[in-house]
Amino acid sequence: MKARISRRKFLRLGAIGTAGLTGAAALAATQWTRDTSTLETNQSRLEHDHAGVVGRVDHVRNGFDPMALLTDFDYGRVSTLATGQPLREYVVVASDKEIEVAPGIFFPAWTYNGRVPGPTIRCTEGDRVRVRFVNGSAHPHTIHFHGIHTAEMDGVPGIGAGMIAPGESTVYEFDALPFGCHLYHCHAVPLKRHIHKGLYGAFIIDPKLGRPPARELVMVMNGFDTNFDGENEIYAVNTVAFEYLQRPIAIRLHELVRIYLINITEFDLLNSFHLHGEFFWWYPTGTSLQPAEYTDTVMLTQGQRGILELKYKFPGKYMFHAHQSEFAELGWAGFFEVTP
Amino acid sequence: MKAVTQKREVAETQTRRLRLPAWLLTLLPLLTLAMLLWAFVALDPLRSLTGDLPPIELLTIERIELRPEGMIAHVVNGGPQPVTLAQVQVDDAYWPFEIQPSSEIPRLGRVTVTIPYPWVEGEAHTVRLVASTGLTFDKTVEVAVETPRPDLSFWLMFALLGFYVGIVPVSLGLMWFPLLTRLSQQGLNFILALTVGLLVFLFVDTVLEGIEVAQQIPDVFQAVPLIFFAGMLSFLALLAVRRSRDATDCSTGSGRLWLATMIALGIGLHNLGEGMAIGAAIALGEAALGSFLVIGFTLHNITEGIGIGAPMTRDKPSLLQLAGLAMLAGGPAIVGTWIGGFSYSPIWAVLFLAIGAGAILQVIYEVTRLLVIQETDAALPAASWVNVGGLAAGIAIMYLTAFLVKF
Repeated sequence: MKARISRRKFLRLGAIGTAGLTGAAALAATQWTRDTSTLETNQSRLEHDHAGVVGRVDHVRNGFDPMALLTDFDYGRVSTLATGQPLREYVVVASDKEIEVAPGIFFPAWTYNGRVPGPTIRCTEGDRVRVRFVNGSAHPHTIHFHGIHTAEMDGVPGIGAGMIAPGESTVYEFDALPFGCHLYHCHAVPLKRHIHKGLYGAFIIDPKLGRPPARELVMVMNGFDTNFDGENEIYAVNTVAFEYLQRPIAIRLHELVRIYLINITEFDLLNSFHLHGEFFWWYPTGTSLQPAEYTDTVMLTQGQRGILELKYKFPGKYMFHAHQSEFAELGWAGFFEVTP
Repeated sequence: MKAVTQKREVAETQTRRLRLPAWLLTLLPLLTLAMLLWAFVALDPLRSLTGDLPPIELLTIERIELRPEGMIAHVVNGGPQPVTLAQVQVDDAYWPFEIQPSSEIPRLGRVTVTIPYPWVEGEAHTVRLVASTGLTFDKTVEVAVETPRPDLSFWLMFALLGFYVGIVPVSLGLMWFPLLTRLSQQGLNFILALTVGLLVFLFVDTVLEGIEVAQQIPDVFQAVPLIFFAGMLSFLALLAVRRSRDATDCSTGSGRLWLATMIALGIGLHNLGEGMAIGAAIALGEAALGSFLVIGFTLHNITEGIGIGAPMTRDKPSLLQLAGLAMLAGGPAIVGTWIGGFSYSPIWAVLFLAIGAGAILQVIYEVTRLLVIQETDAALPAASWVNVGGLAAGIAIMYLTAFLVKF
């Protein structure tokens, strides 16, 4: 009698335990069947697996299109001074703006003229350049041009106009020297933040006698630290990750292509440019009309820049990208589509 | 006279004023609360402080399955706001992906992200989710191996692991049972104290294990407090079950069998957790670690059998009963390896561990009571050197054999 009671007790307890465990096992099983249902979709993707993003950036909302930025040169308002020197006048307005740097990823940028990179300021060697800078941002900014000018026009804190407070403006004026491929950027402190937030642009000074006619493209290598951990989550030329991979840049066979290449990538020591299927003549800083090298890869530190000249010998689709593979797979990769 | 009437009237109006209908009394605070909350939301007095600050986002990758076709990440939104998952990186490369059911993940929502990434066996891979705000959420697969598929051979292999970790050591420990019955009262007390010692070790170990697993769970689920609440409830529930059964304490054979069963159940729940750890270790690609764990746990758990047998040394339990106890204590390890191997969910692991901790605590209480009762019955002091020595020996054995399973 005693034994039977204890056995019943024992069995009941066992049953509670078993019920719990069976429940857990059943749970595991249902979880599994749910997972396997995604397998088919997974398999079907296998044919086109490669690095890349899903979706497209809304360029209309951004207010600028990386495809248009390639060939958008701002020559300014041109007039002639009493001395006979040509004068070019530009207006640059700083503003805060959220931009889509990869499909669905938004970055709270600081911009010149509402775009990143800012306008490509282009002039000719010896021109008088007059840039009126209006700060419409919530933060103090400057414009610091790479070039030959007086200390007062250098656009750094504490010298000349110094930092331009929100709502204020100043004028930077100097002679365009020397010819080459240059850049400008904000030099307000902290410098690292003001640069990586998007305040930079290309500054091209053409030689007096010009260069041979070519299809000219501007490529500013940049990056975005979207989670503010001191490393870039996005790399690109002209801001939008993988844009030229999704929309290849069309060029013609045997056409002379001239690329003004500038590196303004923050946080990383170096960036680079590698061309597939062709070589290019490399003009460091563009300050000489004689190329320094015939190569397919160049590396640049921040602020370093130069001019590439190339002609494609064969038609087809050719990649160009950073030869830091990591940068390439985080957005800095594109295609040239060469057609006869 | 007039004054008295007035007084009564005052009293009546007072009682009348107080006698609001019950439903109104029930609803009044709730209605007031609703009104105040509405006013707070509508007026938004903190607006000047919050301004246009970016939202707080928190995604957690709970689990990454590796298949020949790619990776499947199981994601939960543990933050206070919905999150839009914009892109996915694997090892610092953006990669195409598919998301089910939607890239807009509501609070506490779950999604499955399928990434056709060519992962490399034996190497580490980091999956990074990038939200629309640019915030990132990572999880690393330390050693990539294909996630086991639930075919028969795998169920059997995992069952074998559980068998080695649970049933084998418990049964072997129980084989010492005939030896225990020959011990003197002092010797028996030593064994009971030893049982308490190893149970104390298991209790601490189970709680700490639970806290460790809880670190992987989003804060919103409050996993660490959950361990204590679930543990406490399981302790109290088992205590209540025990009290409701009958008043016969451990002076009867059935009472002692009951106690042995409770010990077996507590140990069983603990072994469920250990089984999960082994199954998960293998599923997460730590197979070498897995086989080492198996050997370790087998040695580590051998004393558990002694613990189960200890209260029944004055009785003659049938072989069937002993086998049942071994199953109850060891069997859950098999189920644990299945759950851990095929569908490891940290929240369930924490819950099982907490229930196990509560069960173990209840058993510690019962066995200690057995020793204390003898203080009055047999005039053997509960805190004798023999008992303290037994307790210390129990903890020491568990501590030293744990060297085999802790890294």
